[in-house]
Amino acid sequence: MLTFLVQRLLGALVVVAGVATLVFLLIHLVPGDPVEVMLGESASVADREALRVALGLDLPIATQYVNYLQGLLQLDLGTSFHFRRPVTELLLERLPATLVLAAVTLVITLLLSLPLGILAAVRKDTAIDTGAMAFSLLGVSIPNFWLGPLLILVFSLWLGWFPVSGREGFASVILPAVTLATGLAAIVSRMVRSSMLEVLGEDYMRTARAKGLPPVTILLHHGLRNALLPVITLLGLQLGALLAGAVITETVFSWPGVGLLTIEAIQSRDYPVVQACVLLISTGYVFINLLTDIAYAWIDPRIRLGEGA
Amino acid sequence: MRTTLSLGILGLWALFAISMPLLPLTPNLIHLEHILEPPVTEALLGYDDLGRHIGERLLVGARTSFLVAFWVVLLSALIGTSIGTLSAWHGGRWDQLIVQVIDIFLAFPGILLAIALAGLLGPGIENVVLALATVGWVGYARLARAQVLSLRHREHVMAAQALGTGTLRIMTRHLLPLMAAPLIIEATFGVAAVVIAEAGLSFLGLGVQPPDASWGAMIRDGTRYMLVAPHMVLAPGAAIFAVVLAVNLLGDRLRDRLDVRNAPGGVST
Repeated sequence: MLTFLVQRLLGALVVVAGVATLVFLLIHLVPGDPVEVMLGESASVADREALRVALGLDLPIATQYVNYLQGLLQLDLGTSFHFRRPVTELLLERLPATLVLAAVTLVITLLLSLPLGILAAVRKDTAIDTGAMAFSLLGVSIPNFWLGPLLILVFSLWLGWFPVSGREGFASVILPAVTLATGLAAIVSRMVRSSMLEVLGEDYMRTARAKGLPPVTILLHHGLRNALLPVITLLGLQLGALLAGAVITETVFSWPGVGLLTIEAIQSRDYPVVQACVLLISTGYVFINLLTDIAYAWIDPRIRLGEGA
Repeated sequence: MRTTLSLGILGLWALFAISMPLLPLTPNLIHLEHILEPPVTEALLGYDDLGRHIGERLLVGARTSFLVAFWVVLLSALIGTSIGTLSAWHGGRWDQLIVQVIDIFLAFPGILLAIALAGLLGPGIENVVLALATVGWVGYARLARAQVLSLRHREHVMAAQALGTGTLRIMTRHLLPLMAAPLIIEATFGVAAVVIAEAGLSFLGLGVQPPDASWGAMIRDGTRYMLVAPHMVLAPGAAIFAVVLAVNLLGDRLRDRLDVRNAPGGVST
């Protein structure tokens, strides 16, 4: 298990280093001069040069890269052009909102997809199955930036049940979380269904039935536990993608998380903040995948002892 | 029935997109007296916040999303397949490097990289295509690489090599036909992903610029007037939803028909 952990951790670190490099290149190779954007076209040459030196943009690109990596190792992500504050501070301020949103989304996703997937598998080829799979197809096809406004229209404006946007009290997290959870639940319930269908045909299920165990015990204890393995992997992968989807959903609901910060930073050309947000979200994604891998190996010894090790 | 419906929706989409410049449309014409008016007979989908025909802007948006989807999927598939095929064929250090690069690109979740890239490149339809293709090639590269790895030791490929056939000819005549099925399926679902991504970028204000229309930008404009003019949000959203649903239905059908798992050279062989 230890070798497995070390290997996976090293692999993840290499990927994160690559991501950091790609983000750096992205910011520095893309045309557009931050100094010009910040000062406007009418600024004097002397002012521009002064700012360039102040931001360290006059140094050779290799030196800038080394400084950037050194900063990263000390968790120093630079200073925001726009807010004139350390980027790390900004991120720490915004992170809780995104984490709350992700957690509530995860809960809603599980509450929707597990019953839906299990029912669809048990009642295969009935109206329940067709209905569940139709929901799944609709769920993956509806874009967040349409579902969000629709939910606001119905539940905030017409019914007045939830606040329109912002983050005030628990009620305000419900609509953005439902928006994110719909797409996620659509994918996960499909996986639960197909994974359950596979498990239902196994010998040990027949044995459990022959022993005369109650159907619910068979289904949940013998069935679901075995069916959950591939679901956990998918959930891990999708949870990371959810962080990116949050960029759009947070914008729809003005939810003050890292996603909204990313868009605000892009609009104000605040390069250090854009860089840090993209890096944070991607690193989160890589580590969620790593944790999924480890959880999977923990649950299923075949993974860590077999070819995966 | 479902397939016919999907093909019908997609056919209409393509038809509107291609014929749009030929139609006598005035999508940018402002009717001040009709601002935010709900649907009436002379404007079936109503007017927007500047008093423009939403129906006509929807057709312009169809063209935007169609062009972006076409170019992004074409470029991504071409570049990705070429890189994946060459990488697997030659192997060695280059292959290792490519695998590493693919892993790094895959470490960016969803359209995050495209959002950042489009934001830095600035708005415009070309930049949207560039940003989405930069992100899109990876999937095709990984798929093509996996397939070529399993196909390159097939007898007919080795026979072609022994006969002294050129590399390019082996790739196009002996490898590509066997790799086509999964790549076509990937490209089909790719269309749905690109339509959502383009609308998403435009929704964030990173896509096409006014007065050009995009379904995503129309939703963005509409969210400001939801209480007084919900039709501004409903129409473009329904259009995106219909196209994406049609593509997904078609993709599912295609996957069943081509049955990738049993196809020669499929990912699992």
